[in-house]
Amino acid sequence: MPSSSFRKTGSALGTYLLLTLISLIMIVPFIWMLSTSFKEPQSIFTYPPQWIPDTFRFQNYIDVFRLIPFHRFYFNSVYIAAVVVLGTVFFASLAGYAFAKIPFKGRNVVFLILLSAMMIPHEVTAIPMFLFMRQLGWIDTHLPLILLPIFGAGGVFGIFVMRQFFITVPTELEEAAMIDGCNRFRIYARIMLPIAKPGMATLTIFTFVTIWNEFFDPLIFINSRELMTLPLGLSLFTDEVGTAWQYLMSATVMATLPLLIVFFLAQRRFIEGVAMTGLKE
Amino acid sequence: MTHSRKRTGRGPLAREAQIAGWLFVSPMVLGFTLLLLFPMGLALYMSLTDWPLLGDHQFIGLENYRNVMTDAMFWKVLANTVYFTAGLVPLNIVLALLLALLLSRSLRGIGIFRTATFVPVMTSLIVWSIVWKLMYATESGLINQLLLMIGIKGPAWLYNQDLAMPAVIVTSVLKNVGLNMVLFIAAIQQVPRSLYEAATLDGAGRKGTFFHVTLPMITPTVFLTMVMTVIGSLKVFGQIYVMTQGGPSNSTKVLVYYIWEKAFKLFQFGYASSLAYVLFFIVLILTLLQWQLRKRWVFNEGDA
Repeated sequence: MPSSSFRKTGSALGTYLLLTLISLIMIVPFIWMLSTSFKEPQSIFTYPPQWIPDTFRFQNYIDVFRLIPFHRFYFNSVYIAAVVVLGTVFFASLAGYAFAKIPFKGRNVVFLILLSAMMIPHEVTAIPMFLFMRQLGWIDTHLPLILLPIFGAGGVFGIFVMRQFFITVPTELEEAAMIDGCNRFRIYARIMLPIAKPGMATLTIFTFVTIWNEFFDPLIFINSRELMTLPLGLSLFTDEVGTAWQYLMSATVMATLPLLIVFFLAQRRFIEGVAMTGLKE
Repeated sequence: MTHSRKRTGRGPLAREAQIAGWLFVSPMVLGFTLLLLFPMGLALYMSLTDWPLLGDHQFIGLENYRNVMTDAMFWKVLANTVYFTAGLVPLNIVLALLLALLLSRSLRGIGIFRTATFVPVMTSLIVWSIVWKLMYATESGLINQLLLMIGIKGPAWLYNQDLAMPAVIVTSVLKNVGLNMVLFIAAIQQVPRSLYEAATLDGAGRKGTFFHVTLPMITPTVFLTMVMTVIGSLKVFGQIYVMTQGGPSNSTKVLVYYIWEKAFKLFQFGYASSLAYVLFFIVLILTLLQWQLRKRWVFNEGDA
């Protein structure tokens, strides 16, 4: 941007004001959430709105674990996200490498079919999947929540991202390794993967965020409270405790924290990743 | 590239490439066939049946689709979906573009503002919706408390037939505007600086520069984000589920919510599948349209 031509103090001040206003609208819900999470039930209703509670009720955060199996939700979310991320990065990079670098027959056709499947609305396949999983006895287990994202649309997106990265690697590098007697898997594991680290990081963050926030699949496949993930557990909590906002908000704060930490650590790479692939989920 | 392909085109290396290639892609292709292609086909078949939770299913041909066409609730949810999309897309695109223009300037502390705008994108839609449900709450909600300070008694936002959908739209725009903003920032930063310099020499003001340089150069991104946002809006579900459950009196019941209700609450899998296929056809048409129009904007891009 030609910031030099615009750089007038007045215009900068206006920009700051506007930006502050918009940022506030974006952030206020979080501040309100944090504030409510420490309140006594009766002080939620006070008027005028109280940003800083008179007394901080840390007990809300402890009570959450007693009211709902919150630690369970947490554990389920963490381990499902971990398995899905590992699975996606492994299988998608394997396929992405082949689609980028191994000239096999039918490569382009298969790749096109995979890509075109990305526009299938999830709701269409969810119905037969439910029956399929019921047939297998996998309803109310974590298997659908793990397998569907790795091999479904999420995995295809992963292939696409990884392929983009492998394509940029010069072929000479591979040919040299081949002459040295490396087989394909060694080339993939020893040469390609280290080069594709930025791609794997992007894919990891994307997949983690998607899985951490996934709602539709847990809603369909999970019935038992003990097996619920955070978004599903929290959404049910709104019904059951009704207006017990102080508990709901402390649970929500705890559910959001890991994601915000991950985001602040990986922020630049993530935003670059979004811009680079030019794709949304 | 052609050279090396020719070299590996025959001989033992080529055989090795066939085997290795298929071996590498087989887990994904297998999983994909089983978990996407097969259910896709089955869903099509199911849409032609009466398929209850228990008991046998019955092939009924196009009956479900005929019923969809005469289902008053289908037209209602379709209208709601269009309302949501038509409300959300222009708001989202304009706000994202405005933000991108502001945030692609090199100002001190710009990263803080970018982060603030992007945090909702990262947050779970469910968490965001729960927090906004609290914001909209009639008595304890922040919005009505603030309104009360200037002497206005706020309405019951999510329990009012006319206000519930706009309320959900606003929440949804704020949730996702950061994503389009990032794409716009990337596009704006790719506009050659020389064009701006030329515009400045021509005496173009800020408005002129935007309409004659920036906007034409980023139309591909505008178009892409528009189509993607439309497709995303057609599939709105989570915020509806948390904030309104489709109410009050079905005023926020959207297509995917209806599909979910039919399939997983009422277990009318056949009918739900035909509804899902209707959604699929809408998405398919939009995607093909995007593909067709792509040529046009790619041409524009080279032309500019």
